[in-house]
Amino acid sequence: MRYSVWTLLGNAITGQQNWPAAWREGTLRRRYDVIVIGGGGHGLATAYYLAKNHGLRSIAVLERGWIGGGNSGRNTQVVRSNYFCSASSAFYDQSLKLYEELGRELNFNVMLSQRGLVWLAHSEHELEVSRRWCNAIRMNGVDSEMLTPEQIKHVVPPINLRGRLPIAGGFLQRRAGICRHDAVVWGYARAASALGVDIVQNCEVLGFDIVHGRVCGVRTSQGPVQADKIVMNVAGYSSHLARLAGLRLPITTMALQAMVTEPVKPVLDIVVVSASVHAYVSQSDRGEIVIGAGADAYNSYAQRGGLPQLRATIQAVLELFPSFSRLKLMRQWAGRVDVTPDTSPIMGLTPVDGLFVNCGWGTGGYKAIPAGGTTMAHTIATGRPHPLIAGFGLDRFRTGALINEDAAAGVAH
Amino acid sequence: MLRIPCPYCGLRDEPEFTFGGPAHVARPPLTADDATWTDYLFGRDNPAGAHFERWSHAYGCGQWFNMVRNTLTHEIVAVYAMGEPKPTLSSS
Repeated sequence: MRYSVWTLLGNAITGQQNWPAAWREGTLRRRYDVIVIGGGGHGLATAYYLAKNHGLRSIAVLERGWIGGGNSGRNTQVVRSNYFCSASSAFYDQSLKLYEELGRELNFNVMLSQRGLVWLAHSEHELEVSRRWCNAIRMNGVDSEMLTPEQIKHVVPPINLRGRLPIAGGFLQRRAGICRHDAVVWGYARAASALGVDIVQNCEVLGFDIVHGRVCGVRTSQGPVQADKIVMNVAGYSSHLARLAGLRLPITTMALQAMVTEPVKPVLDIVVVSASVHAYVSQSDRGEIVIGAGADAYNSYAQRGGLPQLRATIQAVLELFPSFSRLKLMRQWAGRVDVTPDTSPIMGLTPVDGLFVNCGWGTGGYKAIPAGGTTMAHTIATGRPHPLIAGFGLDRFRTGALINEDAAAGVAH
Repeated sequence: MLRIPCPYCGLRDEPEFTFGGPAHVARPPLTADDATWTDYLFGRDNPAGAHFERWSHAYGCGQWFNMVRNTLTHEIVAVYAMGEPKPTLSSS
């Protein structure tokens, strides 16, 4: 079913009671061409582009819990492409361009709002780094502009310029913004399902069948499944899953937390990031102030954040926005993020033939979903890394060609 | 909030401590090949369960020590001195 104004009107007559399910719950078959492990944004996008761009029809997405129940549903919905390194810049800007077309591509309203993102500098030294960063972004062909404190006050009226965290300046990416994360997951699931992809929930991968260095299937909680090509997109559980295939990854799993306040009337129509105090702030369409924190310092699979990090983040946000001090915090949660030594993702081939990996997104994988999906689909279909991700392979830790991208989250890990 | 039993100062709150990453990581000989060095520099066990790790009581006595902590529950299972062998764990 294609969504349109006519289907909306038609369903209005029957009281919105007869909408068909957006996507079909798949039943697991015993053999597929490609198995995608992990039903988050990256896994579903990869499955969709494998079907759409490469004509593959026999694809399964295996999800241990429910789709979008991991980091895809726990992030702060920020999309941006203000990266420093040229390899990152090309990749993330491609992703933002795909986001700009995603609603039409998927026939699903992903509620992209390119409201702009301001990156704050709190001292002369940070301002110098910001200038260099801003110039690098522009040299990479991505929009970015420096702002004075007065210009920042103009676009962010509730901000406090002269508190304990004074604002020395900052830079703005106008094309950045927020985009509804559940809609991205469900949009990809619906579009992939329509192309015949089997999305199987409550299906945990327990082991791999590897013969002579070549993967030929997985053992799951719903029985064995064969496939010649398998891709892992399991974020915080990447080390665990890769170990089942005999691989040891350069990944540390940590807790990254976020929180929302009670909803209030529109007060902030832009995303504000303060990297040095670990805070992302925006206002959702429902009116909640959404706050993203930095990662906790230590390994954690607990999906709950520590109190010290939460307190530090809230203190900093209230210093920047004193008027938020009367807001009640409604919810706080955490995701398991997979952090690499150079804070860049790991995408591409592995030493096991037919086994591919897409992980290491750390604190910033949501904005990369469309480009991660297209490039991984290309890599899986052709057996060669897509040019945009050639530098992001697992092998870079051996060759030393790291992509040291502090901008991956903009916060220290 | 972790409550960490510093072996020198007793039970203290998490903000007094600094995390030092995995413990018992042995440096390979200089003659080791690239694969061994890559694994030493970047490879991580990153277990979902008992994790052997280093901590420093940075805002207390300043001493380093080793600790076993469950990464799923955050339960602190054992605390022992730097240089001591890995303790054997009863369960997992």
